[in-house]
Amino acid sequence: MSTTLEQLRLTVNGEPMSLARGKTLAGLLAELGLDMRKVAIERNREIVPRSTYAGVVLEDADAIEIVHFIGGG
Amino acid sequence: MDGALRSDDAWTVAGRHFASRLIVGTGKYKDLPTTAAAIEASGTEMVTVAVRRVNLSDRNAPMLQDYVSPSRYTYLPNTAGCFTADEAVRTLRLAREAGGWNLVKLEVLGPPPTLYPDMAATLLAAEALIRDGFEVMVYCSDDPIAAKRLEEMGCVAIMPLGAPIGSGLGVQNPLMIRMIIENAKVPVLVDAGVGTAYDATFAMELGCDAVLVNSAIAMANDPVLMARAMKAGVEAGRLAYRAGRIPRRDAASASSPMTGLIR
Repeated sequence: MSTTLEQLRLTVNGEPMSLARGKTLAGLLAELGLDMRKVAIERNREIVPRSTYAGVVLEDADAIEIVHFIGGG
Repeated sequence: MDGALRSDDAWTVAGRHFASRLIVGTGKYKDLPTTAAAIEASGTEMVTVAVRRVNLSDRNAPMLQDYVSPSRYTYLPNTAGCFTADEAVRTLRLAREAGGWNLVKLEVLGPPPTLYPDMAATLLAAEALIRDGFEVMVYCSDDPIAAKRLEEMGCVAIMPLGAPIGSGLGVQNPLMIRMIIENAKVPVLVDAGVGTAYDATFAMELGCDAVLVNSAIAMANDPVLMARAMKAGVEAGRLAYRAGRIPRRDAASASSPMTGLIR
């Protein structure tokens, strides 16, 4: 992904990422190929309710955490 | 999962009924198909799970939920890897959003080699989680005073360790486990330390409401067979507890009558 002024820069799960401006959380999940029913998301340490993903527009320097359930004891 | 209709001996935690008294952890299995097969064989209705970042470099990796359906098994998200109340609350808020339920397993561990429950941090985290609306099943030391405090705070189940996590040593301090059980008004589960079916049976004979097993199944040579063994072991222990064992005595007592012998 090339970075231009038109792109926003953020981190997703600790990794730097550049995305087209105006992208929503739902758009990010689609780009990553993730099923929104199987994940939970924090944006800048705040939980984002799943029902709002389509309306949350990402901003510069956002820190996004996308988690899911894995095996554990 | 409500098993009450299928059993005359269900147990209840936070208003949910379970016929199976075995909770199974989903960690440490060699792969997800084995996880699924062992859980199926165990007859469990509740499984513990961890919350972790999605691996963005391998987005097509299979997910636990594809093998162990949350609509069939009650997911009990844990706080493994959290060392403070803040981390535990943050992790379980994400779990609540991912799963949509409040029932959670709190565990705040000290460092290796003991991984012993850090009770000071556990008490703080329990308080914070309960304030945030969670129903907390809490992993704890076999300390009857701490167990009572956790119960009074509002924890919905007390889960003392039988022995260090993954040690497979069985219940090391049955006296204290029994004292915790006798003093508790909420379910008590032995969590950690079970090595083989006998250990689960022993814990259930002490009067535990249920047993939580992960390593002993996942790391067995044949996890599916061990899952069956644990199911049978838990059932045997529960039945024996309900039946009431004979008192121990230091002298023999003949099983056959000593009268009517031929001469």
